[in-house]
Amino acid sequence: MLSALLCITRRNPVASALWLVVTLFALAGLFVLLDAQFIAVLQVLVYAGAIMVLFLFVIMLLNLGRPGPSDIKGPAGVLTAVVLAGAMLVLLRPVSNAALSEGVTLPPGSVAALQQQQGIVGSVAGPLFEAYLVPFEIASVLLLAAIVGAVVLAKRKL
Amino acid sequence: MTADAGTSIGLVWVPPALALLGFVLNGTIAFVRPQAKTAVSIIGAGVLLAGFAVAVTIFTGFAALHPEAAVVARYWSWIPVGTLQVDFAFQVDQLSLVMLLVVTGVGSLIHLFSIGYMKADPGYARYFAYLNLFVFFMLVLVLGANFPVMFVGWEGVGLCSYLLIGFWFSEKANADAGRKAFIMNRIGDFGFMVAMFIIFWVTGSLDFATVFAAAPTALTAGGGAITAITLFLFLGCTGKSAQIPLYTWLPDAMAGPTPVSALIHAATMVTAGVYLVARCNLLFAMAPVSSAVVAGVGALTALFAATIALKQWDIKKVLAYSTISQLGYMFVGVGTGAISAGVFHLATHAFFKALLFLGSGSVIFAMHRAYHHAHLHDDAQDMRNMGGLRRWMPWTSALMWIATLAIAGIPPFSGFFSKDEILAAAFARGTAQPIWLLFWALGLIAALLTAFYMTRMMLYTFHGPNRTGDGAREHLHEAPWIMTGPLVVLGMLSVAGGLLNIPELYKGGAWLHHWLEPVTAPGAALLPETHLSHGTEWALVGVAVVVALAGIAGAWRLLKPESLVPAPQSPEERGFERILRNKWYVDEIYDALIVRPLVWLSREVLWKRIDQGAIDAGAVNGAARGARAAGWANRWLQTGQVGVYVAAFVVGVLLLLWRAVGGRS
Amino acid sequence: MLNPALSVSAVLFTLGVAGVLFRRNAIIIFMCVELMLNAVNLTFVALAQVIGVGGQVFVLFVMAVAAAEAAVGLAIILAVYRHKQSVSLQNMNLLKDG
Repeated sequence: MLSALLCITRRNPVASALWLVVTLFALAGLFVLLDAQFIAVLQVLVYAGAIMVLFLFVIMLLNLGRPGPSDIKGPAGVLTAVVLAGAMLVLLRPVSNAALSEGVTLPPGSVAALQQQQGIVGSVAGPLFEAYLVPFEIASVLLLAAIVGAVVLAKRKL
Repeated sequence: MTADAGTSIGLVWVPPALALLGFVLNGTIAFVRPQAKTAVSIIGAGVLLAGFAVAVTIFTGFAALHPEAAVVARYWSWIPVGTLQVDFAFQVDQLSLVMLLVVTGVGSLIHLFSIGYMKADPGYARYFAYLNLFVFFMLVLVLGANFPVMFVGWEGVGLCSYLLIGFWFSEKANADAGRKAFIMNRIGDFGFMVAMFIIFWVTGSLDFATVFAAAPTALTAGGGAITAITLFLFLGCTGKSAQIPLYTWLPDAMAGPTPVSALIHAATMVTAGVYLVARCNLLFAMAPVSSAVVAGVGALTALFAATIALKQWDIKKVLAYSTISQLGYMFVGVGTGAISAGVFHLATHAFFKALLFLGSGSVIFAMHRAYHHAHLHDDAQDMRNMGGLRRWMPWTSALMWIATLAIAGIPPFSGFFSKDEILAAAFARGTAQPIWLLFWALGLIAALLTAFYMTRMMLYTFHGPNRTGDGAREHLHEAPWIMTGPLVVLGMLSVAGGLLNIPELYKGGAWLHHWLEPVTAPGAALLPETHLSHGTEWALVGVAVVVALAGIAGAWRLLKPESLVPAPQSPEERGFERILRNKWYVDEIYDALIVRPLVWLSREVLWKRIDQGAIDAGAVNGAARGARAAGWANRWLQTGQVGVYVAAFVVGVLLLLWRAVGGRS
Repeated sequence: MLNPALSVSAVLFTLGVAGVLFRRNAIIIFMCVELMLNAVNLTFVALAQVIGVGGQVFVLFVMAVAAAEAAVGLAIILAVYRHKQSVSLQNMNLLKDG
C-alpha cells in the first residue's frame, strides 16, 4: 500500500513507474500467501516484466525522463480527489467485510488440496482448457487485435 | 315533451338565427362597404320583422296545441361533464312566448325607427349589426331552457349594451358610460353565477324543468340554501335591471343613440331581471325572505328613482330614471308572487316606454337638425332649450301624451291596468304580512311622483313658450314617417295593451294571467292565500286613479314653463333641489367608497408589488436567471477536459456502488 | 485471510482512483489504471480461496486484457503526442463543445 501511495505521488514519471513495479512485486508476494503461486509468477513475468517495461520504453521515447513540473492538479483537484476517494473507501468498507453465505463457499484449504492433487499449474490449467476454453480463445484473438491496433496507431505514416 | 319538427313550435330556433344572420351580414357590410345603407336597412329591419312573423306562428301553433308542459328543443350536447349535462336547448312555454313576442315585436318597430334616426350616421351598418346581435342574445336569454344558456344570453346582452352605449366612442364620456354599464353588470353576473353553482350543487342539474321539479324536495322552503340562491339571483337582477344598488349605469347609458335606449334600456334587456324572477317563481315562492327583499328593493327603487326624475333637465335622463322606477314596480309585482302582474307590466311598459323614448328621439332629432341648420351647438336634449314643440311636432306630442297617461296609470290606458294589479297584489299580501303594506305605500307615492314628473316633462317640452332660440326655431318640424309610423303603432299598443289582462273586477277575462298559469302555478301554490273583497279592490283602484290625477294636476298647476330660461342661462339649483338634481350624490359616494380604493389597490398592490415585483422580477426574470445558472453549471460537463469527465465517471460509479451496497455495513 | 486481503484491495483501488483524478500526465494516469486492475486481481485471488480455483483463472484473463489494453493505450498516447507535443491532460480537449 505504501508503495502504491508513493507511486501516485511522485513527480518523476520514471519514479512513479518504478514504484508501481515495487507494488506489483508486493502483490505477487500476497498472491503466494493466498495459494496462488502460479498467478504470482505470472504477475512478475508478465505484468512487472513486460507491461511495465513497455511503460518505461514509452516514457523514454517521449523524453519524460527528467522530473518535470508537477503535474498534480491544483488544490481543487486534490480536494475533489480526496473527497471522492474517501467516499469510495467508505462505500467499499462493507464490501470488504462481507461474509459470503455457506452454500457458496468451499471449506478452507480446498484450493490447497486441489493443488496437491493436480499440481500448482495443473489446478489452473484444468479449468482453463475445459470450462473456460472459449474465453481463452477469445482472449488470444483479443491479443491479436491489440497487436495490430498498436502497430497501426503508432506508425508515422499509414 | 320535445319539439316536433313538424309543428310550428319546431321553428323556435328561427328568430334567433335570423337575428344572428343579420349581425353577420351587417357586420360584413360594415367592414366592406359601410355606405350601403339601403342594404343594411333591409337586412337589419327585415330579420326582425321576419322573426316577429315566425314568433307569431310559433305562438299560434303553441296555443292551438295546449301542451301540458313546456316544449324543450334540444340542439346539441353542450357541457357533458361528469354528472352535469347541459344541452344547448330552447324552451317554448307560455312565459318565453310572451317575451319572444315582445322582443321581436317592439324590436321590429325600433329597428324601423332607427332607419330614420340613424340615417346620417357614418356608423350605420355597425349600428344595425350590433342591434341585430343584441336581439340574438336577448332571444337566447328568453328562450333558454337551462341556466347556462340563459346566462349566455345574459352576458351577451351585456356585451351588446356596452357596444351600443359606447357607439359614438370617440367621445370619452360615451366610452366611459359603456364601460360603467358593463362593469356594474358584471357584479350582478357574479351573483347569477354563484346562484347557478348552488343550484347545481343542491339539485344536480341546471335545466329549468329538472330544477323546478326537484326544488320542493331538494330544498327546504325558507331555508338557507334557497334564500342564498334567490338572493344571488336577485343580485344579478339588480345589475341587469338597474335596481338599487347597481342602477347608476342606466342614466349614464343614455349616452348611446336613443333607439338603443328604447330597445335595450326600456323594453328588453333591463327586463331580463324581471324575466329571471318570473321564470324562477317557484324558487322565490319557497324563500319568503328573498321575495320580500325583491319587492322591498323594487319599491324603494321605484320611489328613489322617481325623486331623482323630478329634477332632471335632460329629457332622456328623465326617462332613464322613469325606467328604473317602473322596473321597481315590476319587481314588486314578481316579488309579491303576482308573476302575471309583473309580466303584464313588463309588456305594457315596453309599449309606452319605447314610445316615450322613440318620441324623445324624434324630438332630439328635430332639435339637433334645427341647431345644425342654425350652426348652434346647444344641448339638443335639455328641456330648458325646448318648449312649445307641440306646434311643430303635433303627432309626436299627441303620441307621447298617450304614453304619459299610460305610465301615470290613467284608465283605460294599458299602464293603469298593469300598475294597478301590482299595487293590488301588494296590498293583498299586506293583509297577511304587514310589511307588504309598506311596499304598497311606497309604490303609491312613487305613482304620484311618476305622474308629476312625466307631466313636467311634457309641459316643458311640448307646451308653453319656445326657448330654442330664434335662429333654430324656424327649422323645427315633425319627424319623417319612418320614425313616426312606429310611434303610432306603439301608441295603439299603449292604449289597447290593457286588453291583455283585464282583471275579473271589470268582468274581464284576465287572459294573460290564465295564459301564464302553467308557469306560475307551482309557485303560486306555495304563497299565502290572500283575498280582497270587491269593495277593497274598488277602493284601491279609486285611490290609485286619484293619486295619478293629483300628480298630473299638481304638475300642471305648480310648474310654470313660462319661467324657464334656456339651458345656458339657467341658474344653479340650491338646497334640496340640488340634491335631487345631483341624483342624491350616489355616484359620488360610490366613487369615493368603492372606485377609488379599488383603483388604489390595483395600482399600488396588484400592479407594483405583485405584478412587477413578484411576477415580473421573481417568476419571469427568475426563470431566466435560473436557466442561465443551470446552463453555467452544466457548462462544466462539456469542457472537453478529460479530467472532468473522469471525475464525473467516478461520481457515477460511486452512486452505483452506493445503491448496490446500500445500508449494509 | 480473506477480509484483510479484501481491505488491501479496496485501498489499492481507491489509491488508483485518486491518482487518476489528480494527475495530469497521461502516462501516469495509465499507470494508476494498471494499479486499479491489480487491485481487482487481488480481490479475485482472495476470493478464489473460498469460491474455487476459477478465480485464479479469471485473473489470467484480466492480465491478458491488461496487456492488450496497455499496448493499445500507449500507442494512442504516442499518436497524440505526435500531434500535440504534450501528454498533459489539459491539452486534450478536442471534445470541447463549440
